[in-house]
Amino acid sequence: MEKYVCQVCGYVYDPASGDPDNGVNPGTAFADLPADWVCPVCGADKDSFSPE
Amino acid sequence: MLINVEEKLRTVVEIKNGVHWVGAVDWHIRDFHGYSTNKGTTYNSYLVLDDKVTLFDTVKKPFKNDMLHNIYKVIEPSKIDYLVVNHVEPDHSGSIPEILEAVKPEKVFCSARGKKALLDHYHRDDWPYEVVESGAEISIGKRTISFLETRMLHWPDSMFSYLKEDALLISSDAFGQHWATSERFNDEVDGPELMSHAVKYYANILLPYSGLVQKLIADVQKMNLEIDMIAPDHGLIWRTNPHQIVEAYYKWSKQECKRKALVIFDTMWHSTEMMAKAIEDGLIESGISVKVMSLEGDHRSDVITELIDSKAVIIGSPTLNNGMLPRMADLLCYMKGLRPIDKFGAAFGSYGWSGEAVKQIAKSMEEMKMKVFGSGVNQQFVPNHEGLKKCVDLGREIGRAIKEAIPD
Repeated sequence: MEKYVCQVCGYVYDPASGDPDNGVNPGTAFADLPADWVCPVCGADKDSFSPE
Repeated sequence: MLINVEEKLRTVVEIKNGVHWVGAVDWHIRDFHGYSTNKGTTYNSYLVLDDKVTLFDTVKKPFKNDMLHNIYKVIEPSKIDYLVVNHVEPDHSGSIPEILEAVKPEKVFCSARGKKALLDHYHRDDWPYEVVESGAEISIGKRTISFLETRMLHWPDSMFSYLKEDALLISSDAFGQHWATSERFNDEVDGPELMSHAVKYYANILLPYSGLVQKLIADVQKMNLEIDMIAPDHGLIWRTNPHQIVEAYYKWSKQECKRKALVIFDTMWHSTEMMAKAIEDGLIESGISVKVMSLEGDHRSDVITELIDSKAVIIGSPTLNNGMLPRMADLLCYMKGLRPIDKFGAAFGSYGWSGEAVKQIAKSMEEMKMKVFGSGVNQQFVPNHEGLKKCVDLGREIGRAIKEAIPD
């Protein structure tokens, strides 16, 4: 599964790790993240991410 | 302890009734991690006397005693109950370990990211952290403090503290300036010079987060906060017409350009410099305002300040050992990180036998998503009349494009 980079702060969403602190299980594809999910580092919304 | 009132007035300033500036002035710093601070800076901390005595931020570590000295003039440090950490960068948090030893506060307020950053810097899990969410309010007696997270303005941990009853916004690094002065308020110093330091700060620190600046200003407007004073963590406090700096931030964040071009060069034997002058001529002929900067004398952070309202950036370097001159590589690396938007670009340079620099500069401009004009002007050794005419023509071509892009 593809990794996505936050264009605001540079955080990389890795589907293999998910975002457990915010209730996203490892193995969750970027496309399957909830629409209101935000970058755990800077709070940018999903639209601010691009494929790595 | 007896305090001479005159002395107290001179150094510790009561910015609002019961709110004291207890920071430090750094007259001598000239290089702030690559940002030229030609007139020094200040590290501002604010001490609020209320039922819970509250300190907002600290100072860079070598200035810890200046700060403690200032606090002592107001109150025994051990009487401080709360420390608020709006930003963890070491110029504001570097004194925290020693201040906490002296103060032993009941609580240290910070954002969730702030707690993480404090742990990652100082490795102390025994401090009395109190994580606050954006919008959270606490009462310290007569006053209410509300916290507003400002992630990535300019670190993930950043937040503002707003003292409701005083209509005082303690804004962390936002709205700050690197300028060491004995005055503390914007109305006590030269206005245009103050703005020149503020725009340099914006261009070099906040430019990449311009989208977030716009969102923050919109959010704050929706909250309808009354703002009577803005107290940043560097430089002068905005006491008279504090909204002017918010309006300026809005303007800078839009990165609106003038009919202005920036020509930046470095040179070995003046050939690339001659080309820069020819490009300048072409631009001036077209009615464009031009700023020419040589990296021999102009610092990268001053170049970026000029870039913010320039529509075109035209960059020249000779080729040295199959590459551009190192000062130009430095500038391009720095510029790319600051993410300027919607610029026109063009490259030029003189070379001896290989001439890679122009192509490398153009590639770097493409990475910054600039609209790059042609393949640039590359001239062997010393340019002749014909070679310089190509430079004048490049200036004219870009001049026309700027005029088309920016209505009069």
